Amino acid sequence: MSLDISFIGILIGSIMASSVPLILAASGELITERSGVLNLGVEGMMIIGAISGFALMVITDNLFIAIVGSMLSGVIISLIFGFLTQSLLTNHVATGLALTIFGIGLSAMLGKNFVGIPGKEFPILFSSLKESIPFFGPILFGHSIVLYFAFALPFLTNYFLKKTKLGLIVRAVGDSPVSASNQGINVILVRYCCILYGGAMCGLAGAYLSLIYTPQWIENMTAGRGWIALALVVFATWSPIKVLIGALIFGGITILQLHMQAIGFRIPVQFLSALPYLMTIIVLVVISRDSRKIKLNTPTSLGRIFYKEK
Amino acid sequence: MYKNFFRYLISAIFLLGFSVNSNADFKVGFVYVGPTGDHGWTFQHHEGRNAVEAAGIKTTFVESVPEGADAERVIRQLAQSGHDLIFTTSFGYMDPTNKVAKDFPNVKFEHATGYKREHSNVSTYSARFYEGRTLLGHIAGKMTKTNTIGYIASFPIPEVIRGINAMTLAAQKVNPNIKTKIVWVFTWYDPGKEAEAAQALIDQGADVIMQHTDSTAPVQTAEKAGVWSFGQASDMQRFAPKSILTSIIDDWAPYYVERAIAARDGTWNQQDTWHGLKEGMVAMGPYNSAMGADLVKEVEQLQKDLASGKVHSFTGPIYDQKGNILVAEGKVADDGMLAGMSVYVKGVEGDIPK
Repeated sequence: MSLDISFIGILIGSIMASSVPLILAASGELITERSGVLNLGVEGMMIIGAISGFALMVITDNLFIAIVGSMLSGVIISLIFGFLTQSLLTNHVATGLALTIFGIGLSAMLGKNFVGIPGKEFPILFSSLKESIPFFGPILFGHSIVLYFAFALPFLTNYFLKKTKLGLIVRAVGDSPVSASNQGINVILVRYCCILYGGAMCGLAGAYLSLIYTPQWIENMTAGRGWIALALVVFATWSPIKVLIGALIFGGITILQLHMQAIGFRIPVQFLSALPYLMTIIVLVVISRDSRKIKLNTPTSLGRIFYKEK
Repeated sequence: MYKNFFRYLISAIFLLGFSVNSNADFKVGFVYVGPTGDHGWTFQHHEGRNAVEAAGIKTTFVESVPEGADAERVIRQLAQSGHDLIFTTSFGYMDPTNKVAKDFPNVKFEHATGYKREHSNVSTYSARFYEGRTLLGHIAGKMTKTNTIGYIASFPIPEVIRGINAMTLAAQKVNPNIKTKIVWVFTWYDPGKEAEAAQALIDQGADVIMQHTDSTAPVQTAEKAGVWSFGQASDMQRFAPKSILTSIIDDWAPYYVERAIAARDGTWNQQDTWHGLKEGMVAMGPYNSAMGADLVKEVEQLQKDLASGKVHSFTGPIYDQKGNILVAEGKVADDGMLAGMSVYVKGVEGDIPK
């Protein structure tokens, strides 16, 4: 095994690439949950984003339209969830689960004619720098634009929630919708926006899989990544930066365990396969021990139905 | 005299009418585990169905049927709705197939890759994919520069282990320094994970990637990284035109047509079929010209020899990892041993997950 410095750089680069869908979906879901809405439909929205992005790429041959379209499809499908939970006041958990099942089924139907079509090469940025600089090259350069966006997103989300007035409004709505409403905030509107934003990010996460990471459409290709993103939000105690850390640990150990197998470590493979889940939970629990901070970050009215009497 | 003649005539007309009728009503059902467009396993079974249809026999199919309770429901539904012969095309349909077969003794069942024939109306069939793996091993051994072959494995079942062993034995024969690195992904079908596994193997120095999983993600990863790869189950060439050296293709069509006609004509018998290159159930995709004319010729000869039985994939002496003899010199492994294969041969690194 080559443990030289440039190899570690390549390894970190591929770890970053594998954690992108988790970062995107979890960051989107985080905003939704901070506004007090629990949307378990992440997996469903991701898979819809994946098929929409791929289908648009095939039809229009334009990657920009494909990416934007995948986000729009996430918005549209999350609008169904928003309408049901916010306007018809249905239960968040049940509606979210239904959204996932619906998304998986619908994507399989829409995707019928797109199975087996080879994907298109997605442009990567600074590919010359990737080769020329050892170690830092493969980490910092040679990625798609979506990856750079994904890595900026947790910081932007953090800034948004902590430093902007809108962020404060989102948090207020999530903590105490009644008081927020009494302050003249349109709670339902804010929650709608947060749900749609979450949908857009999940759609993008799906498109990352079908357009960039493994450029093709395959039924059920998200393979449970939506559920992992959901769990990450909770274990990261609704902190965007911890979501980033959790996603990197999960992606990192997934890749590392494959490498350990390839190197021939004599550790039971089943244990190695379980390792990403175990380590992510352990690390996130350890770094989120401070109960005062958890209280500060947890949206108090998460999943509760808000109804304004007229 | 006339009376008898008329009696015969009438019964003849009846019989004729009946048999014509039953021919017209003869229907074959197919149960698939994946979507027909998966470009791998199910796609090839569907091609087989198309051939049956082309032979003038009515068929229906149900796709993406999960292994388990749903499978039994679907198989039962097909049996109830007048299908005379039902192909269940995944290992996990083994118990449901036998269960339904018990309740429908007049319906014939054909189960792929299984070994249970609990009732006289159940046959099993599979293909000797390991013969294809021998060819891949030969090619890989010649093409590798790093002497490292990366193998993406799904589940530790004899079918998969047999493939790993056949490939390694053939590669060792042409290149004694060969190392086989194996990554178990514990899925048949997760493009993301399969791609990551391929990348990990490439990063660890493998310059030939082989898969026993169903998606095209590994060959695409290999194409991107500029290493060699092989298609699985169907010709995957167009997903990685530069990287794919050849593909192992499962060709079920002749078998399906033969069995459907036999069932229609009443000559169907219970049997256990295990066909390979000889019968054409295992076929090879086009050989990449990057292999060079000499190697292509060599491999084509080996393919012929495997088909004719002159060469066997598992010819002794074969040793296990600890050096115990598995197959004595001059002998070949029998089908029983092949079917239950659960140890690595010498030269494969690592342990089989339990």
